[in-house]
Amino acid sequence: MKMFRAALSAAALLLSFCATAQAQTTLRIGLAEDPDILDPSLARTYVGRIVFSAVCDKLFDIDEKLNIVPQLALSYDVSADGKEVTIKLRPNVKFHDGEPFDAEAAKFSLERHLNFPGSFRKPELASVDRVEVVDPLTIKLVLKAPFSPLIAQLTDRAGMMVAPNAAKEAGDKFGLHPVCAGPYKFVERVQQDRIVFEKFADYWDKDNVFIDRIVYLPIVDATVRLANLKSGGLDLIERVLATDIKDVRADPKLKLSTAIELGYQGITLNIGKDKAKGPLSQSAKVRQALDLAIDREALNQVVFNGEFMPGNQWVNPEHPYYQKAFPVRARDIEKAKALLKEAGVTGPVNVDFMVPKGVETEVPAQVVQSMAAEAGFDLKIRVTEFATSLKQAEAGEYQAFMLAWSGRIDPDGNSYVFLHSNAPQNYSDWKNPDADKALDDARLVTDMTKRKALYEKLTRLASEEEPILYLYHRKLIIAHTTKLEGYKQMPDGLVRVVGLKLK
Amino acid sequence: MLNFLARRLAQLIPTLFFVSLLIFSLQQLLPGDPALVMAGEERDPAVIEQIRHQYRLDRPIPVQYVYWVKGVLSGDFGESLRNKEAVRTLIAQKLPVTLQLASMAIVIAFLIGIPAGIISAVKKGTAWDYGANLFALWGISTPNFWLGIMLIFLFSIELGWLPASGYVPLFEDWRASLAATIMPAFVLGNAIAAILMRHTRSAMLQVLDSDYVRTARAKGLSERSVILKHAMRNALTPVITLGALELGTLLSGAVLTEQIFSIPGFGKLIVDAVFNRDYAVVQGVVLVTATIYITLNLIADVAYILVNPRLRG
Repeated sequence: MKMFRAALSAAALLLSFCATAQAQTTLRIGLAEDPDILDPSLARTYVGRIVFSAVCDKLFDIDEKLNIVPQLALSYDVSADGKEVTIKLRPNVKFHDGEPFDAEAAKFSLERHLNFPGSFRKPELASVDRVEVVDPLTIKLVLKAPFSPLIAQLTDRAGMMVAPNAAKEAGDKFGLHPVCAGPYKFVERVQQDRIVFEKFADYWDKDNVFIDRIVYLPIVDATVRLANLKSGGLDLIERVLATDIKDVRADPKLKLSTAIELGYQGITLNIGKDKAKGPLSQSAKVRQALDLAIDREALNQVVFNGEFMPGNQWVNPEHPYYQKAFPVRARDIEKAKALLKEAGVTGPVNVDFMVPKGVETEVPAQVVQSMAAEAGFDLKIRVTEFATSLKQAEAGEYQAFMLAWSGRIDPDGNSYVFLHSNAPQNYSDWKNPDADKALDDARLVTDMTKRKALYEKLTRLASEEEPILYLYHRKLIIAHTTKLEGYKQMPDGLVRVVGLKLK
Repeated sequence: MLNFLARRLAQLIPTLFFVSLLIFSLQQLLPGDPALVMAGEERDPAVIEQIRHQYRLDRPIPVQYVYWVKGVLSGDFGESLRNKEAVRTLIAQKLPVTLQLASMAIVIAFLIGIPAGIISAVKKGTAWDYGANLFALWGISTPNFWLGIMLIFLFSIELGWLPASGYVPLFEDWRASLAATIMPAFVLGNAIAAILMRHTRSAMLQVLDSDYVRTARAKGLSERSVILKHAMRNALTPVITLGALELGTLLSGAVLTEQIFSIPGFGKLIVDAVFNRDYAVVQGVVLVTATIYITLNLIADVAYILVNPRLRG
């Protein structure tokens, strides 16, 4: 044992020497999952977006208040009929391989998003008919129809610019070695182990980049991720568990940053595709009753130590598009029972409740189950592995489905695909022409007050018909050591590395 | 002997063919659509259709199988649906990691398990014996993930001696590599040590009771020589076989341990691939693992014959 300990401490000592010998600064970020492919056209995970924000700059970005701010673009202008968007580009920008960023390059990137086989950006840019080069630093997007969420789309992967020559050469392997115009350039990646970036010397905003290298390390277990942060193996971790918040706050060497997520956690109720035609699918009153049976505040307190935010709409209550006229309702068991009576339902209402596997879904589902039981519902929880649950949701083989959405910057991204009839993710199969009209109209206008009024109609319809019971909004929790300075929490939860300093 | 080898090698081909068929068809039974999983939150029907087409998921299963086998025969295991990396590259990246971890674990297991087993057999009924048995019971019944997290708390957070997780390749920096793998190797080795200890103990007890050991003692040999030279050699044969089998299990990946210590090995690769319905990766990894197993088995058979002349014939 003595030998063993001696060997261990010798190894540890040597390790610490190696660490201090390096003069350059390295920021080590712990991720909750291994990102998928690092190709902006083909990528599709949230965790991948965290990594992208250091390597691929976008035309636009958001600030802490969700305002759209320029990044590789300088400004934009929408024509009076809403069908032409002219974007001025930032001059003197270079890609990592030295290629200049100009209107041709921007046109190339956007067309790649639109046309590359298997591009997930195609639906996001579906409104774009063609991209024109106006002058070397100006492009014009000609739209098929006005589409107000477009600029918001360009603050994410659809707005990421890739180096044309490198992309042409690499084809569908571009993601193995991405070449963009972000503050850091790609060095190496070992799948499921690490992704290494180093500072890009010719970055357009290089005066604000202070750290030499960034290493992203996927560490799936949340406890181990936190342990690494505490032991000094990492400088920043994402997705800290709500139940670990206290622990982080108590540690003087750590700092906590939080933001309410742009997405939501909720229960999708099968309206149009329920083969068993259960009472839940047949009557809005029964769905209302289920809604009233749930105590959202208690759910938040019991499961998440009160750290999350109860909600009832597709955006969180602090979001600019939240409809204050429709606040979160308090629990009302008597009213729920009365509604069931009105609907002519006797005996417990049996519901096939599909819940994807995982503590963060199963535990709240159990709490909802016991709350609903008091109003006369018998939710039969069916824990299903995630990939299978999606397939069954698509086929309509469920009555209630615990489903989360990670959220988009524009409210359209949180509502259209779920609530518009025949939209790809309308698992509820809710069909309402008035709701469709509100969703379509909201895409045509850019003025926020007018859009909000349109969404108010939709909120009313959705809260009457209840295709989705919105339950709560998670807090995106990031913890970092006090050695790291300048960290600003963004509402999308992604880690912006420009401006960060390591003491 | 040559005949035997030729026969066994010839058997390999139908076995591997059967394995490949099994892997391929079992996987098709998994519910869930790889294209849907791949799409994540971007579930646009047109894009999903294109993915299905691109990866031949829209073709009949036998056709998909033929494409795969054709590729494998020419050394191409296909590419990962999730990140476009060649499956061959992924396997080449992960196999050395798992080999290192498994070897370290088995060395630790032997170093702890065999001496403990011998001591408890020789000192049967004493505090030593009870102590060793208690250790074995603890080793067998302690869940890997719990022990792993406890070690992290002790050595990484409290003492700050070892990195909490991660991996450094052996040839890049062997010290850092050992520091990163010693805890997971201990967690894995600990459980196997307990099993080895139990087996060593019972084998030793049996041997110590046998006639030749009594003869050796009657000859007036020292107790040390009786135990180490005479008894132990005979007792260890079955234990070493057991150890080899455990090594085979370790090579197919230690899922939980790899997950906790974020060791990018085979176990992590295959679990992630199953959840992502990354068919090409699952197929490739299982095929390689099966081949390793079959080869180890073959080597064990051959070694048996070499060691035991009675089996030659």
